[in-house]
Amino acid sequence: MSDSKALYVVVLAGGISHERDVSLRSGRRVADALVAAGHRVVLRDPDAALLPFLAAERPDVVFPALHGSSGEDGSLLDLLAALGVPAVGSSGSSARRAWSKPVASSLLAEAGVAVPESIVLSHEAFRELGASSVLRVVRDALEGDLVVKPASGGSAQGVTIVQDTNDLPRAMVEAFTYDDVAVVERRVFGTEVAVAVIDTGDGPVALPAVEIEPIAGVYSFQARYNAGETTFYAPSRLDASVIAAASDAAVLAHRTLGLRDLSRVDFIVDDGGRPWFLEANVLPGLTETSLVPLAIEASGTDVSTVYSALALTAHSRRSSADAK
Amino acid sequence: MTTDVAGGRPGTAAHKPATSMEILSRNGIAVTSDGVPQRTGNNLDPWYANYAERAAGLAASEVRALFAVASRPEVVSLAGGMPFVSALPQDLIVSSMQKVMQEQGPVALQYGSGQGIPELREHILEVMSLEGIRGSVDNVVTATGSQQALDLVAKLFIDPGDVILAESPSYVGALGVFRSYQANVVHVAMDEHGLIPEALRQTIAHLRGQGRRIKFLYTIPNFHNPAGVTLSAERRPEILEICRSNEILVLEDNPYGLLHFDEPAPNALRALDPDGVIYLGSFSKTLAPGFRVGWALAPHAIREKLILAAESAILSPSSFSQLVVSEYLSTTDWRAQIDTFRGVYRERKDAMIEALGEHLPQLSWTNPNGGFYVWVTMPDVLDSKQMLPRAVKELVAYTPGTAFFADGRGRHAMRLSFCYPTPEAIRLGIRRLATVVNGELDLLDTFAGTGTLQLPPSAGYDSAPPSDLK
Repeated sequence: MSDSKALYVVVLAGGISHERDVSLRSGRRVADALVAAGHRVVLRDPDAALLPFLAAERPDVVFPALHGSSGEDGSLLDLLAALGVPAVGSSGSSARRAWSKPVASSLLAEAGVAVPESIVLSHEAFRELGASSVLRVVRDALEGDLVVKPASGGSAQGVTIVQDTNDLPRAMVEAFTYDDVAVVERRVFGTEVAVAVIDTGDGPVALPAVEIEPIAGVYSFQARYNAGETTFYAPSRLDASVIAAASDAAVLAHRTLGLRDLSRVDFIVDDGGRPWFLEANVLPGLTETSLVPLAIEASGTDVSTVYSALALTAHSRRSSADAK
Repeated sequence: MTTDVAGGRPGTAAHKPATSMEILSRNGIAVTSDGVPQRTGNNLDPWYANYAERAAGLAASEVRALFAVASRPEVVSLAGGMPFVSALPQDLIVSSMQKVMQEQGPVALQYGSGQGIPELREHILEVMSLEGIRGSVDNVVTATGSQQALDLVAKLFIDPGDVILAESPSYVGALGVFRSYQANVVHVAMDEHGLIPEALRQTIAHLRGQGRRIKFLYTIPNFHNPAGVTLSAERRPEILEICRSNEILVLEDNPYGLLHFDEPAPNALRALDPDGVIYLGSFSKTLAPGFRVGWALAPHAIREKLILAAESAILSPSSFSQLVVSEYLSTTDWRAQIDTFRGVYRERKDAMIEALGEHLPQLSWTNPNGGFYVWVTMPDVLDSKQMLPRAVKELVAYTPGTAFFADGRGRHAMRLSFCYPTPEAIRLGIRRLATVVNGELDLLDTFAGTGTLQLPPSAGYDSAPPSDLK
């Protein structure tokens, strides 16, 4: 890269969400990769000094490596836009669409992506309608194993797989400790795959699908952040036609939700080869054990090249805005 | 044909030398029968199958990750155990450092003896005399914090499967050490007067009946971490007699003994039994943990082995730190400084107890006469571990009670520390904790009568909170 393309990048990591620790890991990796690509990088925890700092410093680009409510709920992304500081990744409004799993699922179902049947329940609904009655309806409506999760959030925090319906109340309590709204979803059995979508200016492209095989059978927090506890296949061992279907669905999800630059869309591919949408991640994990870096490597390039390209793409948005 | 990656649990293949084919396989390269490498899975840790069995518990966990928010200024952390080192006059420390470098620079920068610097060991005897201990400088071994002395003692005594007796609950950092040497910790009941002698007798008899081998009793007699209670003077000789008659060594861990709020703690167990007790002491709470200077006082035979074990582990503890601590002890009124610390912690403890009474009257708690911690017991419906994400949202942190048990107990309890936050922050933290508890009770109330709301008891350990947890 020529020096003229070296940018001043502020990488944001940390915050006060449940995923602070994961975000700090992502941020350091992103910062290292951007330094290796020749950029000047400052790593910051978003705090009360951040907005004045950005207003004074005017960095070329902000790279938010924030997970959970500190980044993915869109507030900070809106503020960055208001400050006129270009940021890698999606806008606040599209982040909010993806951050709410129920909203994302509805939009994708309308767009024709297979989405597992689910019921979205607030704590308020249980209080108002009586927990026993609500649970009875849920049990009757959704057969077989269930997945209970908070309506927002990542890293499998607050997620329970319910095999015995007697465990459903406890799973609801667990999800509600993270969020006031929870999703009860039919569990789809099959192969878990994640598809990273990258757009460096020529339209969104799916990277090789990464297949996830946790030793314990469930891709839990432990299986995500303890190297060795999950085996990844990048590219996936699934049939080419199945991978193509998942990749198409990922790009469709990226477009439908209006995501920008980078996203990761997670699916379960059932035994018939059909990819079922689980969730879309606006600011996907970029840690040592995360899926997007594996997908980038499997695509034959490296994280430095890709993160650098994303930073330049985001920067060019300001340049083009300035030119108008 | 493809070969799957080696994906066994740590320890399963510990003693088998890896073949080149296995190494390729671990690195995600499968080798077909005709020797052509072929891409397969990657588990991101090619050495995953090679870890020793003792490494099995060293894993990232959700609870440990949640503690990351405690470092944020908006969060009131009642979770950690950091001493309030700002109460220490910095100029005294700076002048001690300067003097050490001016007068003993070459010694400070050099390797030292594994046993520690003699001058400091003399001072340590003086410190221990405040708790009734008389001993020989020869039997004092300094260490990189008493935590290292704890590790060395465990290394000397524990074979896999041995039983270590500990209070119920016990210090999370000790449980981690014992686990790393593959001991089985058996908890012994305690009450507001500390370890219960009769419970100790029964536990020993029960274990002996099963043919189990008990290596030592690990106890924190003063201002217990996490329980906040002190072993009464009456019980001390009885506990020692039970151990002596059962030929069980006592490991007395006493980091908080000098930090009493009104009455001093009774004399140390070691003061009553020089032959049956290894005593662990620390400057982390009476001076500052950044020096990493602690010590063991051990019977001479054990002391010999401790020195050899220390040299093998670290060659020698930091000469610089030991000399600075020694200089500080010779030139300042360190007793008055401990008084200052007592005043700071007493005020914070009072703030915590008062706030608990005001905001969480439905819970019960210990009211310690020293140390850093209050142990809070909640109604059985509440689970401190399950509640932690809610606490993070409310910007308050605590340590779930499960961290202090080796057997999965402690769900209905939590440890609150009052050492680091100011009294104002403590009051705010307890107010927020009340919001957390009431929110959780409200949620549980919504689901009452629908089925079991608690996780099944999980055997085993929590991972320890990070050492830099506020």
